[in-house]
Amino acid sequence: MQEIEKTLRSRCAELINNGTCDKVIAWDRGEFFYDNSPATFACADCAQKLVYDCFCGANLSKYLIQYAKEGKTAVLLKPCDTYSFNQLLTEHRISRENIYVIGVGCDGMVDIDKIRAMGIKGITAVKEDGEDLVVSTLYGEKTVKKADCLLEKCVSCKSKKHYVFDELIPEADGEDVKENGRFDMVEKLEAMTAEERFEFWQEQLSKCIRCNACRNACPACTCRKCVFDNPHSGVASKANADSFEEKMFHIVRAFHVAGRCTDCGECSRVCPQNIPLHLLNRKFIKEINEFYGEYQAGETADQRGPLVNYTTEDAEPTAVSDRGDN
Amino acid sequence: MQVEKQFKPKIVAFCCNWCSYAGADLAGSSRLSYPADVKIIRVPCSCRVNPLFILRAFERGADGVILCGCHPGDCHYSTGNYYTRRRMTMLFSMLDYLGVEKGRTRVEWVSAAEGVKFSTVMNNFVAKIYELGENVKLGDLRCKK
Repeated sequence: MQEIEKTLRSRCAELINNGTCDKVIAWDRGEFFYDNSPATFACADCAQKLVYDCFCGANLSKYLIQYAKEGKTAVLLKPCDTYSFNQLLTEHRISRENIYVIGVGCDGMVDIDKIRAMGIKGITAVKEDGEDLVVSTLYGEKTVKKADCLLEKCVSCKSKKHYVFDELIPEADGEDVKENGRFDMVEKLEAMTAEERFEFWQEQLSKCIRCNACRNACPACTCRKCVFDNPHSGVASKANADSFEEKMFHIVRAFHVAGRCTDCGECSRVCPQNIPLHLLNRKFIKEINEFYGEYQAGETADQRGPLVNYTTEDAEPTAVSDRGDN
Repeated sequence: MQVEKQFKPKIVAFCCNWCSYAGADLAGSSRLSYPADVKIIRVPCSCRVNPLFILRAFERGADGVILCGCHPGDCHYSTGNYYTRRRMTMLFSMLDYLGVEKGRTRVEWVSAAEGVKFSTVMNNFVAKIYELGENVKLGDLRCKK
């Protein structure tokens, strides 16, 4: 990772100097070592400050909508981010000619909470060492398996291959991950009884504080005016006014991105209450695959989404209620 | 003295203007009966029904929501109900996933000539809701664990 970071810094500086782009969207060091945040770098010297390590989970494609309106912008995209990029192109939210895509290699991003959950306290730094992570703490060093600390979205990584790029760093591209088991948890929930499922979601969704982070981070949520900001909708407030709003918010949020969600996992990553929101999106993806054929949003930039399409032989809605009793 | 409250379901029926609403009209003028618990809301096309409408109906205390439209292929706007069909399949499967009884939501295709079908569908649906009882699941989510 350290080497990639060095290459990225010099390459971005070079791109700014030779006029290929006038700014770069990348990650900057946040307040702590584990909260690398999206940032724009507009000069060659600033580009020396960009960061790329195992805490760069943020998907930068959504920032292009706002920051790539003028001039030429370079952006660093991990393989999973390129799906979102394609989806934004499909929806004409960004224009390809204004953007220079640098595909960066990724072998999984780390979730600091998972390291903490192992009982490691006073963490001051985390370094990658092959398959392991060396965690420096106030009480000495500890080594943990990286595979145990991956972000939820990286555990079920669907591809190491960039679906859109102008150049790649490092040059060798990865492959799709075929067996990623991303529907395992959805299937587990489906196998429960309706009561158990209700219990599960009630417990999860009642944690919601309606901070709207899931909506704001989602690269598919790009409406200029969001239904949840409409003062006449009755849901346009930060706090939930009554019992039903959390569920309604989350169903509608997931529904609005159904068929457009690339399963980038940003919603769950940014949730301060750790609600597994990706399980709602994955349910829709699974159902769409089952009813209307395999579909991966963002694989190319010219697909027609399954919910803005139809065939005359589609399944009837009763197909859902006929599917057994639980 | 305790008075036992009898359960009277509240049922919302979204009916498309061109087929199902006319079907309901026909049911009425043919003197076919269907339960008074059904409140009909007329929409220009079944495809006008936003998932939020259905959720909102539940939020406001509906015990069941039924959506009626033209038969696939007969939409006044050619293709509206094809989109409805996909959307509602998705919405219903999501409600099921969240543990809400599947029987509380339904889509039926009722043409303007099917007064009899309209009345049978409504009778069946209301009977189903009586069976399921009051809708509590969608109301009490805020009960903290």
